[in-house]
Amino acid sequence: MDTSRSDSDPFRLSLTSRYSDWVLEALEELSDCFLITDPAISGHPIVFASQSFLSMSGYSKSEILGRNPRLFQGPETDRGSVSQIREAVRTRQSVQVNLVNYRKDGTPHQVLFHMSPVFVEEDGSVLHFFAIQVPIVRRPGTQHGACSKGLLRGCRDEVRKGCDAHAQKVFDNVCNRVSEEGETCMAGELERERALNASNSIISALNRYNNFTGLVVSTKQCCGPRTIPAFSSCLNLSLGGINKSFVLSDPHLPGMPIVYASDAFLSLTGYSRCEVLGRNSKFLNGPGTCSKALQEINKSISAEKSCTLRLLNYRKDGSSFWNLFHISPVRNATGKIAYYIGVILDEASKGELNGISPEMLQFGTVGAVKVAVRSLSFSSSGPSWSSNSR
Amino acid sequence: MLTIKRVPTVVSNYQEEGSTEPIGCGRNCLGKCCLHVSKLPLYGFSSNPNSPKSDVFLSQILLAQWEERMERGLFRYDVTACETKVIPGPQGFIAQLNEGRHLKKRPTEFRVDRVLQPFDPAKFNFTKVGQEEVLFQFENGDAVNNSYFLERAAVDPTKAPNVVAINVSPIEYGHVLLIPRVLDCYPQRIDQESLLLALYMAAEASNPYFRLGYNSLGAFATINHLHFQAYYLNVQFPVEKAMTEMITLAGQSGVSENGVKVSKLVNYPVRGIVFTEGKSMNDLAEVVANACICLQENNIPFNVLISDCGRRIYLFPQCYAEKQALGEVSQELLDTQVNPAVWEISGHIVLKRRTDYEEASEASAWRLLAEVSLSEERFEEVKAYIFDATGLVEIKDEVKKDEEKEEQFEGNVVEPMVTPCFQEGCLVLQ
Repeated sequence: MDTSRSDSDPFRLSLTSRYSDWVLEALEELSDCFLITDPAISGHPIVFASQSFLSMSGYSKSEILGRNPRLFQGPETDRGSVSQIREAVRTRQSVQVNLVNYRKDGTPHQVLFHMSPVFVEEDGSVLHFFAIQVPIVRRPGTQHGACSKGLLRGCRDEVRKGCDAHAQKVFDNVCNRVSEEGETCMAGELERERALNASNSIISALNRYNNFTGLVVSTKQCCGPRTIPAFSSCLNLSLGGINKSFVLSDPHLPGMPIVYASDAFLSLTGYSRCEVLGRNSKFLNGPGTCSKALQEINKSISAEKSCTLRLLNYRKDGSSFWNLFHISPVRNATGKIAYYIGVILDEASKGELNGISPEMLQFGTVGAVKVAVRSLSFSSSGPSWSSNSR
Repeated sequence: MLTIKRVPTVVSNYQEEGSTEPIGCGRNCLGKCCLHVSKLPLYGFSSNPNSPKSDVFLSQILLAQWEERMERGLFRYDVTACETKVIPGPQGFIAQLNEGRHLKKRPTEFRVDRVLQPFDPAKFNFTKVGQEEVLFQFENGDAVNNSYFLERAAVDPTKAPNVVAINVSPIEYGHVLLIPRVLDCYPQRIDQESLLLALYMAAEASNPYFRLGYNSLGAFATINHLHFQAYYLNVQFPVEKAMTEMITLAGQSGVSENGVKVSKLVNYPVRGIVFTEGKSMNDLAEVVANACICLQENNIPFNVLISDCGRRIYLFPQCYAEKQALGEVSQELLDTQVNPAVWEISGHIVLKRRTDYEEASEASAWRLLAEVSLSEERFEEVKAYIFDATGLVEIKDEVKKDEEKEEQFEGNVVEPMVTPCFQEGCLVLQ
């Protein structure tokens, strides 16, 4: 990951291209400490940090834009909390945990960490995640009791659906537990209220000025997991971290269109994402593309097999390149073929990376995608569990 | 001598039932004859916990090599064609329908009453595996600062290499075997050095969904040649979600001298001990290895799960095989032919019959795993052996028992670590 990027345009764009041109100004007006991350960019980096966050953490904007928020973790950060956050990202849910974060000067401090996905109400896809950090104020406590480590049990579903009365009560008690020193070491009512208020403010800011586009976002997913747009949103999340050039095509849809295209593919070919999604990948072919190679590819698809070959392909600007192309069926958890992956390697850019040959890199991409697609159905939100705290 | 009949899983294409001596070499095997004159890919890991880790090891090397072997047709079946699902319920057991894993119809007799058995070169072992099944050597590359990878490197003649090989009957994508010091032909028994190697591999993958596991003899290891298994599954194991209760030790902050924290599993069908933290990976390996050695010497079969990039180790003493041999397991469970090894115990259950898969429920999975667990009394006994052997001293909570009598809101404050699990997936990791 780059350490400092003076050009913050891709991060501005991540927000202004989805919401409105004035979304950044609306977000800057908020006084809360929060970050916004974009899961569709490789590495799931920070694309926005509020002024309040910057003052609290001691970092400057350019030092953190483009980096993954794990940079704020350190030795005292509880691994269980990190695990919960990671699971919440993977399953696209909200989460609230006690967390130890580190400032730039290395000092640790406790925050109530509240993270939510930003869902497009219409189709349930996830555009961003926002993470609010409410500093926890130490208050002298009145109860005795042993609590050797400050651990807060996160309650993802509580936050998402609104707390069930009993669960809320238990949650309160856990929150109000005191440490051995007699001071509260955990988030209390005040912090949680601040987090929820901040959450509402952020969503309002994202929705403001959207009358023109009609886009409405919220922290609740309204769409079921079976609709295709929600599926491709899950794909975005799992595959966003794979920074090689590839596309996924859906053989069950007419025309076998591309349903996912990596950033690397877009930069290699010069197309934008919306120019590519929904189209069959034959737009890469041109006058010099050997028809035998194309037949080979079609045969493999019919036989549900993989194949590797070399063919001439064309970029958007008309220039051509030799594509060391590898196509392979990719199955999901039902065991049936869900997609075909096409890995594109520009022969001219061949070169070893980390001591690994380009052919191996292609296989690596296929492997990573196969793993991601196979576990996709584990992450789509299952039936919502009724509160079973006992 | 207690034995059971089982159909063994074929983990290598060279593991043919009833095969005679290898047909002389020139086969490019992993024996002394071939290995030292061959070139294999080599991954040099860094044991420095501060050296930067990325996904290079896992996705670009391990998965890449694995996919390439798939292309070459070295696996007995395409594991991605096996249906898998998460069983509804708070535990979230994962069930897989795998009809291909046990295609061999002829069961073999396995001795299950001895955890330690001497290495027998006549039986199948990993020196008989062809080199095409090896993905890479896995060595300590501390001489160079960061981790590195070479696609072809000569095998160091002065010592036996550690190799990572494919499991030709995979349970998931990326299922491999880590074989420490293959030429030294160790029997299946844990020692500190080999456990530490496994922890380094987990750390190198730097992905919490890549776990390593170990089955002792008597706990469903089929090959008596030291090996660990590893694979990548992009979802949390039920055992990783289970609550734990810390066992307070006589030491600062209730942990051991070298900082290792010991807990036990709560609200999970199989009783087990969890080891975490430690001042260094070496310290964690030392405590766990000593615990395993104690079990080995007391002839108690066990399984080990290495999780959270090598930071969290679960130890499960078990007794299923013995029960089976003594005829104490219900026919219903025997008919499922599930061998509860480390992955099953962790909550990833491979089923061979479609009916079992369709009808799999949290209750049936729990019932199966509960058979594997030691009883509470036996577990406490075994725990005492382990503590004795590892020099850990548990502090019994007399103090806490007094406070329990007082009125507390919800009554949970005094038992600090055991709290109700709120909802599905609500982690309480200590």
